[in-house]
Amino acid sequence: MPELNLVQAINTTLAQEMERDERLVLLGEDVGANGGVFRVTEGLQARFGAERVVDSPLDESGIMGAAIGLAMGGMRPIPEIQFEGFLGPAYDQLVNHAGRMRNRTRGAIAVPMTVRVPWGGGIHAPELHSDSPEAIYTHHPGIKVVVPSTPRDAKGLLLAAIRDPDPVVFFEPKRVYRSYKEEVPEEDYTIPIGQAKMVSEGTDVSLITWGSMVFECLAALDNLPEDVSVELIDLRSINPFDRDAVIQSVQKTGRCVVVHEAAKTAGMGAEIATVIQEEAFLHLQAPVQRVTGFDTIMPYYKLENEYLPSAKRIQEAVEQVLAY
Amino acid sequence: MPIRTVYKAQIDHMQILDEDGKLDEKLAKNTLTDEQVVHLYEQMTICRTLDEVAFKLQRSGRMGTYPQNKGQEANAVGAAIALEKGTDWLVPCYRENAALFMHGLPMHYILLHWMGDERGNQIPDGLKITPLSIPIGTHMLHAVGIAWAMKLRKERGVACTFFGDGATSEGDFHGAMNFAGTQQVPCIFYCQNNQWAISVPREIQTAGETIAQKALGYGMPTMQVDGNDIFAVYKATKDAADRARAGGGPSFIEAITYRLGDHTTADDAKRYRSAEEVDSWKLKDPLIRTRKYLERKDQWSDKKQSELDERAKKITAEVVKTAEGIEKPHTDDMFNHLFSEIPAELRRQRDTLRTHSLGQEPGQVGLRAPGQAEHV
Repeated sequence: MPELNLVQAINTTLAQEMERDERLVLLGEDVGANGGVFRVTEGLQARFGAERVVDSPLDESGIMGAAIGLAMGGMRPIPEIQFEGFLGPAYDQLVNHAGRMRNRTRGAIAVPMTVRVPWGGGIHAPELHSDSPEAIYTHHPGIKVVVPSTPRDAKGLLLAAIRDPDPVVFFEPKRVYRSYKEEVPEEDYTIPIGQAKMVSEGTDVSLITWGSMVFECLAALDNLPEDVSVELIDLRSINPFDRDAVIQSVQKTGRCVVVHEAAKTAGMGAEIATVIQEEAFLHLQAPVQRVTGFDTIMPYYKLENEYLPSAKRIQEAVEQVLAY
Repeated sequence: MPIRTVYKAQIDHMQILDEDGKLDEKLAKNTLTDEQVVHLYEQMTICRTLDEVAFKLQRSGRMGTYPQNKGQEANAVGAAIALEKGTDWLVPCYRENAALFMHGLPMHYILLHWMGDERGNQIPDGLKITPLSIPIGTHMLHAVGIAWAMKLRKERGVACTFFGDGATSEGDFHGAMNFAGTQQVPCIFYCQNNQWAISVPREIQTAGETIAQKALGYGMPTMQVDGNDIFAVYKATKDAADRARAGGGPSFIEAITYRLGDHTTADDAKRYRSAEEVDSWKLKDPLIRTRKYLERKDQWSDKKQSELDERAKKITAEVVKTAEGIEKPHTDDMFNHLFSEIPAELRRQRDTLRTHSLGQEPGQVGLRAPGQAEHV
């Protein structure tokens, strides 16, 4: 089994699926000749041609809207928006058109497309290159949202997303792109959208997160006393998210900390905490806690590390939840 | 009913100073004096030096991603001198550093910005400059709004916005052009067509022969100029500004130039364009041709050049020292500028640097003292 990083896993998966399904078309800024600014689509234009791997004009709304049309016309487009901060111009097309088409045509027309978007902070990039907008797109009905944290998960989730009959936003944590490698099976496999992953089983507290924060949580676990038993859950899918996994875990542990990079207010942590109190109220031993980005603009990089939840902040919240 | 032509158009290209430093005297009449040319040459040289220093800072880990301006300096300085500092607005993208400096922005602000410090965007009072715009093509609309405000307030200023060829593909470009045209605002659209939007060449950006012709659809005077020629840039911008001030509305300038460097320090242009192409544009470098012109007119010498190089080195070293001497911002800085008054929850986050509630609220019940916990 080859050892791949996240970039390589997505690249090889795209190639594999393009080989299998001729309807797949990649489009976006710099995805062709340059192989994408993160090299995720490297070599694909040379292999599959400029008709299937398209260097588009610099127009996010155009990329998204044209991808919707391609999907309606029988193709399986995979538009790339270069950074999550540039989703802004494409927002209308994504939420008001991709997300609504099936519903407004009462199922007559669907939009099967996978929107690939580099996501999140931690790489000291310029302004609007480090945001975490997963809650925004989750709030809009009709769009699925996934955030794989490892190369192996990325492959299974990407194949599931591409084969999904509805639009899926596939957020790729930039911080993980080249920082983590693991063995990725060469054969075809999917990971169902909406299925969380148990990273470590535990009995004292549930730690729920996704994306690059999985690694920050693992670092926090290293610093906790050995007799603290933490159940770490990587949500992987944000919309729909695995309510059963969360509820069952909290029913067992009675305590929960949710960690995400995005701002706290109206972030996914709020939704998860609400589901927990709705479904596991009498199991709770402590208030659910959120360790998140602050309710500020993601700062320029000099303060980036102070903005992002750190292992230290996570550890502290876990200890305080345990001490409640 | 016979078919009749209802609209005809042409796009003119203007060059006044050619690659060899030869001037079209007729077109150059009433443009730049020798003294001004020397000044612009100095500004371009200082900007180029800062660019090279910035590149090295990034490579040595002392600065984040940086987009070099190299090769495009004539656009910035030629336009800046045609506009009135403190009266006219500059609404830049991120490849117009020299224009911002000429209109009063302290040079270390640009470094601060790319060093990941928002204070690099804290434009000093009295300057009519908007901060660098990172997302492509969003800021032209702001220039239109600023120009509109000046029109409503009967001020004499114009707004000049700079953007690249790629930006003309964005939907907001259409909105900006259309608003400017229909409201007849005093706005100059200055397109630095540097041939490449990261790796995407101009031909992929639009199927049109020129970018200048896009303006025709909005009823706007438009032309193409040699963007590496300070005379042509000056004249086109000055004419557009005069027209705007006289109530003639917006104008469009497509300046043909070239990005000699990578898109940013995170890019490697060798992956997608040929060395031959880059070399052919090096011959059109605005610094080289301006120097040739000055030499032709006996306004320049090797001695002056080495003095200028020395001065540029000194100035940029000082700028780097200033930028690096500024302490990292306090974490409060993230919170304090979101609103004029900070809301309570935000203040709490600022003061505790925490988002979880336990241990932050003294009145909260249930938290055991450390050591009392059953689990630990």
